[in-house]
Amino acid sequence: MIDIRLKKRRGEFALDVAFHLAGPGVVALFGRSGCGKTTIIDLIAGLLAPDEGTVRLDEAVLYDASRAIDVPAERRRIGYVFQDSRLFPHMSVLRNLCYGEVRTPGTQHVGLDEVVGLLGLAPLLGRRPHQLSGGERQRVALGRALLSHPRLLLLDEPLASLDLARREELLPYLERLRDRLSIPIVYVSHQFEEVLRLATHVVLLQRGAVVAQGDVVSVSLTPELRAIVGSEALGAVLEGDIESVDTDSGLARLRVGSGTLNVEADALVAGRRLRVQLLARDLILAVEPPRGLSVRNCLEGKLVRMYREEAGAELVEVDVGGATVMAKVTASARAELDLAVGRHLWVLVKSVALRGHVYPAVSPRHVASSPEPERSSALRSLAREIGAWSP
Amino acid sequence: MLTFTEWDALRLSLSVVLRSVLLSLPFAVAIAWVLARRRFPGRTLFDAFVHLPLVLPPVVVGYLLLVLFGARGPLGAWLERTFGLQLVFTSNGAALATAVMSFPIMVRAMRVSLEGVDRGLEDAARTLGAGPLDRFFSITLPLMMPGVLAGLVTAFAAGLGEFGAVITFASNIPGETRTLPLALYTALQTPNGESEAARLALISFTLGMVGLLLSELLARRLRGRLGPSR
Repeated sequence: MIDIRLKKRRGEFALDVAFHLAGPGVVALFGRSGCGKTTIIDLIAGLLAPDEGTVRLDEAVLYDASRAIDVPAERRRIGYVFQDSRLFPHMSVLRNLCYGEVRTPGTQHVGLDEVVGLLGLAPLLGRRPHQLSGGERQRVALGRALLSHPRLLLLDEPLASLDLARREELLPYLERLRDRLSIPIVYVSHQFEEVLRLATHVVLLQRGAVVAQGDVVSVSLTPELRAIVGSEALGAVLEGDIESVDTDSGLARLRVGSGTLNVEADALVAGRRLRVQLLARDLILAVEPPRGLSVRNCLEGKLVRMYREEAGAELVEVDVGGATVMAKVTASARAELDLAVGRHLWVLVKSVALRGHVYPAVSPRHVASSPEPERSSALRSLAREIGAWSP
Repeated sequence: MLTFTEWDALRLSLSVVLRSVLLSLPFAVAIAWVLARRRFPGRTLFDAFVHLPLVLPPVVVGYLLLVLFGARGPLGAWLERTFGLQLVFTSNGAALATAVMSFPIMVRAMRVSLEGVDRGLEDAARTLGAGPLDRFFSITLPLMMPGVLAGLVTAFAAGLGEFGAVITFASNIPGETRTLPLALYTALQTPNGESEAARLALISFTLGMVGLLLSELLARRLRGRLGPSR
């Protein structure tokens, strides 16, 4: 459990945020550069002093202005992976990894061998930080933070300094950490794609204030998100279980609301939960059941909300039997189709348009099934699994 | 090869300078840290005070030391009473005068190096459980080591040439405070001492060169360990 309430004034900039995570999982702090994301995690870590507020981690109160509690950063047991990794240049990778471990005695949940296996660090142990690539550096920083036996892990845009290929290399490690460790994670990002892949709870930030928060699905529908990601990247997120996989076509049928979507994705297993983002600009609306089209996906539903997105464009939200999708149509199309709340609609999207917008969803079963004492064994089995999988 | 008096002056020079750098080392590290990392009222004044020996005539420094550390000076009398330590006219006094004179050089080298240490690394160490002293000795000090060594070497080299403050405070006593420069000066004051002076000058020259080469070698090895970016 983490419970954060923070206020901090710095010249013109005023930060005032509050969020809460009940169990393990990933809180994504999402917003443009300069909205105060890094300041928030510096405050949580204790590297900056808030003006007011509380920082609570399970039963431990790490900061409470009203009770004059302020545990120094070195005793908070909060792991921090910095954007620029901050490995100690005068130490080998091994000594970097052990730096936190020897300073947090009596809390051996996670061992060196497990972390080395988990993050694929074995070939790097003897090297110096300047001999590592960007992705390797971040993996070592992640390992170093894990080995300090943190109660909470703070990740400050760990992928920002990496190129696309390195990002793809590191993301699976982060997903596995999220799914298998019972350590809550606060993840700072300005890439919505990373949020889609990793987050269980999203906090949208703008100029130091929380403008919206909730699970990924609900946050994806908030108008505040558009101000941050831009209208091109706007789109509802849906989660659904895979019903069946057609190995010939490589398409999986994903149940969303009362309908199904055909999504392209490799190595899909029936029953697995996926998260998919339907970009608003990719959706087509029809007022009658469409026929004779090549489009593979058609969801039937009811118009629930409609608002002006920008000059000449409207955003239309359609309830497709328990799930909501969002389509962008021109004002003239809206007038011609006579769209209004309550109208029966068919939503069309090409499977090809979903390519690259499908992610494994965070399974609540995973998260719930790793209580504290089992963390080490969970990590060990995870290390084994990845050891077989990683290069 | 070297005469007895030359050996004596060389040995004394090295011993005095060694004592002087060892004496100033902990203070120089502390003051470099305060100047680089702390903001407090009067910091500029303090900074100027630390650098004073650079701009004052060495004789003035020697004179001030006499006032403070002389037999009847406040600090001198106290040292004599508590530790039985006499500074005026002794090699310890020569070491103190040398230390004071080369102190700003030492502080400067260390401070520049300390200012180059990424404070983010200290923050990282903090989140990993390291307290203030632990951080200083495990992160800050090793990373500022090139500056510490540079400070030691330049202070050592500068100390070998210290003349004015030493002769004013500790006088020119053979075997006790007559270091190489003082011996050279004495030789010049002596009739027919020119060749002796030249030999002493050559010894000083050799000593300086060896010191510089050693420090360069050391710096290279350190740089190699910290990586090409530094």
